Amino acid sequence: MGSDDPILALKDVRYRWAGRASFALAIADFSILPAQRVLLLGESGSGKSTLLSLICGTITPLSGSVAVAGTDIAALSPAKRDRFRAEEIGLIFQQFNLLPYASVLDNILLPLRFAPLRRARVASPQQAARSLCSDLGLSEDAVSAQAGTLSVGQQQRVAAARALIGAPPLIIADEPTSALDAATQATFLELLFAQTRSCDSTLLMVSHDARLGVHFDRVVEMSQIAPAMQVGA
Amino acid sequence: MILRLAFGSLLARALTVGMTILAIALSVALFLGVEKVRTGAKASFADTISGTDLIVGARSGSVQLLLYSVFRIGNATNNMTWESYLDIAARPEVEWIVPISLGDSHRQFRVMGTTQAFFERYKFRAGQSLRVAQGAVMEDLFDAVIGADVAATLNYSVGDPIVVAHGLASFVEHEDQPFRVSGILEKTGTPVDRTVIVSLRAIEAIHVDWQSGAQIPGRSTPADALREMTLEPAAVTAALVGVQGRLQVFGLQRAINEYPSEPLLAILPGVALQELWQIVGIAETALIAVSGMVVVTALIGMMATIFSSLNERRREMAILRAMGARPRVIVSLLVLEAAMMAALGAILGLGLLYAGLVVAQPMVDAAFGLWLPIERPALRELWVLAAVVAAGAIVSLLPAIRAYRMSLADGMMVRN
Repeated sequence: MGSDDPILALKDVRYRWAGRASFALAIADFSILPAQRVLLLGESGSGKSTLLSLICGTITPLSGSVAVAGTDIAALSPAKRDRFRAEEIGLIFQQFNLLPYASVLDNILLPLRFAPLRRARVASPQQAARSLCSDLGLSEDAVSAQAGTLSVGQQQRVAAARALIGAPPLIIADEPTSALDAATQATFLELLFAQTRSCDSTLLMVSHDARLGVHFDRVVEMSQIAPAMQVGA
Repeated sequence: MILRLAFGSLLARALTVGMTILAIALSVALFLGVEKVRTGAKASFADTISGTDLIVGARSGSVQLLLYSVFRIGNATNNMTWESYLDIAARPEVEWIVPISLGDSHRQFRVMGTTQAFFERYKFRAGQSLRVAQGAVMEDLFDAVIGADVAATLNYSVGDPIVVAHGLASFVEHEDQPFRVSGILEKTGTPVDRTVIVSLRAIEAIHVDWQSGAQIPGRSTPADALREMTLEPAAVTAALVGVQGRLQVFGLQRAINEYPSEPLLAILPGVALQELWQIVGIAETALIAVSGMVVVTALIGMMATIFSSLNERRREMAILRAMGARPRVIVSLLVLEAAMMAALGAILGLGLLYAGLVVAQPMVDAAFGLWLPIERPALRELWVLAAVVAAGAIVSLLPAIRAYRMSLADGMMVRN
């Protein structure tokens, strides 16, 4: 894979939720180059979450291909797809990102449990987790705490550390700042950008907030890539 | 790490999980307790008589004869005459014979008339003999030897007077002929502990002035006069018999059962015990089945708890899936949690059992004469515990499969 080959490429993808004829997603062509920071804008119900599920391989398209780092996810067996997701993609959700009963450290190390190659890239996982935490501005106290006891802002940083550990090529963030206040939002984004850059990872962030666009290399509207989306068809 | 996560998840739901574990623990304790009482009772029964080849009494049922002659449960419907007794005693096959006369009581304890030979011939628990802890066996007509429980319950010591009541649960007492405690036996764990033993002649002596179950008004023979009398009994309740050679047991048994002048019954204690087990067996099976059902109920309760927790844990499963956990991991996490709950329940149940035994042991012993030994768990009990853990894991498969389906359908997209 050359450096100009896309890290993510969707071609002629069609998807419909099982048992729901009324909602369909169709994407003719959408790709992201390595190390790009892309903001995907779309209203709620525009199919953003469906698109993310397709990219992560928790659902597979009816037709077309979804390639992450050159591998067509749909062609993999379910077990390989799960492993592939763990190896290649770091995920940050809107909120409730963490297993509240587990320690912060266990939460961060969780993806490595399912991704041996990603784990092998990290010399000392515990050390890596701690240094990510400190880079993301989490105190030592917070690192040793139980995840559920942290503030929402701290939890999002832990989620970011979890997505970044082992430097997966693709980081996907699903409205990671929507539960944060404006000041925390800005800090969080800065930290996230700095860390993705130092990991050489690509960042695909989904949001409905167009104002965030200035921080990104590229802004894509959901309506641009999925024009054929039919509502009520 | 999965183990740690499962443990953390259980800890996070400590109250529900604790209740579930408690329910399992109680059911396990009940099940093991029933087992303990069952095996304890069986062992205790089987240990009660040893070394006696035949028990002879008036013709009734063999179990009935065994129960009233050895266990002091129930009453004899009839006695055997002294003539028949002497007749049997004179047979060449008979090595020894000990008469037993029951029917009177002292407080809640039965009084048994017998001969000195009883102390030599009666054996329990693999051939152990009765031993006198304090005092001596009876020498005088009005001497009584009491079992360990009688002494402990009534706080008697050697030399104390005892008044025997006529019949069982009776208010009519043989007040005019008081006995004296001459000896206290060591604890045996058999009905002997709850028996007042007097000589066969003494039983006759206290009934000299009695007729048809009531004292003849105005008649009270002085003790010294009684001591001078022959006092040969007219009848005894039963007799324990030892035979010269093992091979002669069946011949003697047949001879007694076909005894022409009186309908008699001779039983082999071991065979009668087997018959007793057969009768008790049904109740035993029912008891095990019921306590087994209690365990099943507790496990189903656990399954219901897991089911109801699934919805609130959808988010957790979605996170695991997003991190690359295969649905199989979700299933194993739930099964692991269930197995841990069942294991904790089983261990706690075992603990409760032992705690219960420590508390209940003296009470059960006092109330039922049943000595429940506190020992290391037997292999059988460990299997029961393992089965509970396995069953816990198996019942959790149902909610786990549901979680599997849910996590496949949800993917990472649960918002709550």
